[in-house]
Amino acid sequence: MNNSSPEHQAYLRGLKRQARLKRLLQVIILIGLFALWEIAAVNKWINPFIFSQPTKAWEATVRLAQRGELWVHLGYTVGETVAGFTLGTLIGIVFAIMLWWSDFMSKVLDPYIVVLNSIPKVALGPLFIVWLGTGLKAVIAMAIAVSVIVTIMMMHNGFKEIDPNKIKLLRTFGASKTQILLKVIIPASVPTMIAALKVSVGLSLVGTIVGEFLGSKAGLGYLIIYGGQIFNMSLVMAAVILLSLVSVVLYYLVSVLEERIIHHQ
Amino acid sequence: MRAILELENVSLSYHTLEGEILALQDINLQVMPEEFISIVGPSGCGKSTLLSLIAGLLKPSKGTIRLDGVPITGTTQQVGYMLQQDYLFEWRTILDNALLGLEVLRKRTPENIEKVKQMLVDYGLGGFEKYYPQQLSGGMRQRVALIRTLAMEPKVFLLDEPFSALDYQNRLAVGAEVVKILREQKKTVIMVTHDIPEAISMANRVLVFTKRPGRIKSEHIVTLNANGCNPLACRESPEFSRYYTKIWKELNSDE
Repeated sequence: MNNSSPEHQAYLRGLKRQARLKRLLQVIILIGLFALWEIAAVNKWINPFIFSQPTKAWEATVRLAQRGELWVHLGYTVGETVAGFTLGTLIGIVFAIMLWWSDFMSKVLDPYIVVLNSIPKVALGPLFIVWLGTGLKAVIAMAIAVSVIVTIMMMHNGFKEIDPNKIKLLRTFGASKTQILLKVIIPASVPTMIAALKVSVGLSLVGTIVGEFLGSKAGLGYLIIYGGQIFNMSLVMAAVILLSLVSVVLYYLVSVLEERIIHHQ
Repeated sequence: MRAILELENVSLSYHTLEGEILALQDINLQVMPEEFISIVGPSGCGKSTLLSLIAGLLKPSKGTIRLDGVPITGTTQQVGYMLQQDYLFEWRTILDNALLGLEVLRKRTPENIEKVKQMLVDYGLGGFEKYYPQQLSGGMRQRVALIRTLAMEPKVFLLDEPFSALDYQNRLAVGAEVVKILREQKKTVIMVTHDIPEAISMANRVLVFTKRPGRIKSEHIVTLNANGCNPLACRESPEFSRYYTKIWKELNSDE
């Protein structure tokens, strides 16, 4: 970079300055929103009893932490979500492979997948609770139900979009269908799998929270419902903010995974 | 000398909802060992389909194809097929790409790995084993694709416009190189192309196909290569333009 022209250096500085400004504005917006919320509540522009306020939400979080409950609730939600999207992704990929394997079956099953994709999976919640009982199993089932269909559809479409000539190449070597699957379809679908994972992390979190709403004794979803029932809005807000953090961290972890895999290639 | 490859009254029909399309009609062809045949014809004349038939990817609707006197019923290691692009897999290293064919045949043995490594060195790709395809130039990639096929030791090479993805400069150079290697290795080659100069400069025999349904319209014995001159030099020879004019006229005359 040392021997680049002054014009180029100015260009690079400009880019850096813009990146810093972007980050700064993002932080300002976040702090501003919380400040505005706090000020509005303190000055009674909004009713703090029903809107709560950042300091109260923070106190609620600290109380949870002191009682040792914070990590339990976070642990449940994160664990259920991770279990949900891991299982959902595995099941989704296996189904997508089955659909790819038999074009005829994929045509037969097509309307069912369309229906399963369009019904709100949340509607199945009560069934899971009756079948699996309240708690972990029903919540994970919910997380899987919400995310799995999208994974199936994304993976199957990804499989179908692979250049047919890559498959033809293997066929000229006399490859079996299993060999085509293992040597072309799956390795070529790694980017699709990461894209599906990104979508399914968010959806699994939705499933987990809804599952916790419907029947559980722990997790952020449980805290939100419980807080609402006892009219403790600070607890609700604390749980919602924690939930946002959880979703950001999970998304970030998938991005790290993506980086690793893409760099590896 | 006996023909290595014989096509006898080969026809192929495609079936679609709209009906039946006759793609190839009554192809009769005898290919001698070490012969280099170019096939030219209008697009959609079934040239590529013919290669798929010889490769055993498709079955003829009528007629038989024999390799060394034995009818072809499916893909065989004896026939190597090079497609229009190199189709190297971007997730595999150069060495792993070159080994793909052997791997499919479950012949990824230590000896074969050594053999392929040596081939990479021989064809100017030494030191690139651990690179990925996207780090190589078009010409180098084409050589890797060639090694991938050569490693399986086929007797008959089918080339389907193998240089069409390269720019003009590279196309001439890589084409000359590939032809040289295939000659040295004493391979029998059938190449499909729409580039008449390419067809003439490489082949011993040029077949002109008709529009669909594809039939052999005419056959031109090319003697430019008899003394083994390379395709680039062939293009310089005075007879070259004579062949070119003749074949060009054939292609552009209706029946």
